[in-house]
Amino acid sequence: MSVGHGEFVALLGANGSGKSTLLKTVLGALPLAAGRMSVLGRPLGEANRAIGYLPQRRSFDSGTRLRGSDIVRLGLDGDRWGVSLRTPKGVRERIAEAVEMVGASAYAQRPIGELSGGEQQRLLIAQALVRRPELLLLDEPLDSLDLPNQAVVAALVHDICRGAGVTVLLVAHDVNPLLPYLDRVVYLAAGHAVEGPVDEVITGETLSGLYGLPVEVLRASDGRLVVVGQPEAPAHHHDRHAHDHAHAHDS
Amino acid sequence: MPTTTRTLMTADLANPQLSWNLARDASEVLEYHFMVNALVAGSIVAVMAGLLGWFMVLRREAFAGHTLSLMAFPGASGAALIGVPATWGYFAFCAAGGVAIGRLSGPGRRSLSEQSALIGCVQALALASGYLFLSLYGGVLGDLENLLFGTVVGISDSQVLVLAAVAVGTLAGLLALGRPLLFASVDADVASARGVPARRVSVLFLVLLGLAVAETSQVTGVLLVFALLLMPAASAQAITARPGLSLLLTVALGLAVVWVGLGVAYFSVYPAGFFITTISFGVYVAVRVVVGVRSRHGAGGMAGRAPLVESPPPQGVIA
Repeated sequence: MSVGHGEFVALLGANGSGKSTLLKTVLGALPLAAGRMSVLGRPLGEANRAIGYLPQRRSFDSGTRLRGSDIVRLGLDGDRWGVSLRTPKGVRERIAEAVEMVGASAYAQRPIGELSGGEQQRLLIAQALVRRPELLLLDEPLDSLDLPNQAVVAALVHDICRGAGVTVLLVAHDVNPLLPYLDRVVYLAAGHAVEGPVDEVITGETLSGLYGLPVEVLRASDGRLVVVGQPEAPAHHHDRHAHDHAHAHDS
Repeated sequence: MPTTTRTLMTADLANPQLSWNLARDASEVLEYHFMVNALVAGSIVAVMAGLLGWFMVLRREAFAGHTLSLMAFPGASGAALIGVPATWGYFAFCAAGGVAIGRLSGPGRRSLSEQSALIGCVQALALASGYLFLSLYGGVLGDLENLLFGTVVGISDSQVLVLAAVAVGTLAGLLALGRPLLFASVDADVASARGVPARRVSVLFLVLLGLAVAETSQVTGVLLVFALLLMPAASAQAITARPGLSLLLTVALGLAVVWVGLGVAYFSVYPAGFFITTISFGVYVAVRVVVGVRSRHGAGGMAGRAPLVESPPPQGVIA
């Protein structure tokens, strides 16, 4: 399996199917159990300066007293030891550029903790973009956003992918907000993966084969897809997050 | 010794009276060497505790800071037991406490509830060890009041030098950690992905915090460290979200609190620690009230905020 330059690819799959794990492997944060992987033509972990990463949903405590632009700036030079007493013009311009790309100029100077979930998410995407990465890894960027904001952020990621030629690998729980934009999807389940265009992968036939269970895919009149029968009970939703967080912290 | 100092201040100095000429009052205060030492020591500690405390507040590690301050008790009693100066015990135990808390409760590795429980365990064990050291020592800890409430007006020239040396080292460490510390404090996952050794940074920070707390507790005492460690930083962060300005304000507030507190204490029969803490608290309350009133009146609030979704949501979405 490979993801080409400038593609917009979604990683889909049930809870615990390994979507976030795959993303962390691409980052070199987790070792490969078997097989080989190269990122931007280099071995795992060596291309991280050219990767923008947005981990699974984190929101800032309402008392976090730093501006949105400070959070964006950390993406640029937050890994450099020492302090910088002055902000060089180049740095200011890069921050403004990233903030403008996500359309957050109106509130980038406000304390991050006072912003809404959608606004925080845009600034976090700006943080991932500020180094002008070649590859953007987004872990559930639409999770915990309301539906209008999901649509807005999905369109935004698409614009960045097309406009700046950035390759996007995005983990999603629900494919629907992304349907108009995706080049391909990778569907993970039961230790296997299927990849291809949405229309070929998200079908009753393909998913039934993947899960080994009868799965139906229904298409609503507005184009939305509903997958019925996949082993994913809503009651497990919170468990999944607890598990994923523990996992993230172990890594 | 604070008792002798207090006698000096109240009886032998012929009852200093505050006049309305502040310049003359200040020059009177500065005529006494112990007051100069107190001001210098207080200023050193205000700068260092303010800056380290700023990160402590940002990282929500006030409980760790409190626990580190209590490390001074096993530090002082352990030092008495093996016959070395109490200051050594302060530094050794506070720094070791920083390592212990950092390694055990590693932020990012454990949940917040686990972290605070583990810090509580470290605190209880430290206090129990202090109690053991004290009973093995067999004597009375002569400096008990110093330990609890500080020695700011009884501080010697050599103590000032030690404070300055440790402060320079601690601040150099903080400067070196700089941006990665800020990054790991607000966003540990992304910082790690960017190659910041977030866990090592947080342990190093707790060691620096331990040293800062050990210094602060020599001036304000174990029980009042937050007067300089927490309240100026919390006030500054409530005033502004600009990190540079916020750090400068923290230092300015800390210095002002120490100078005014010592100045008032000189003309009063009550101890300096009380004034320093109360003024610091007063500043914090005033800031919160002003910030609260301003945000209720819309300044910097929701007014002028652009809506995130300007147009109706695109098709394909259930509204």
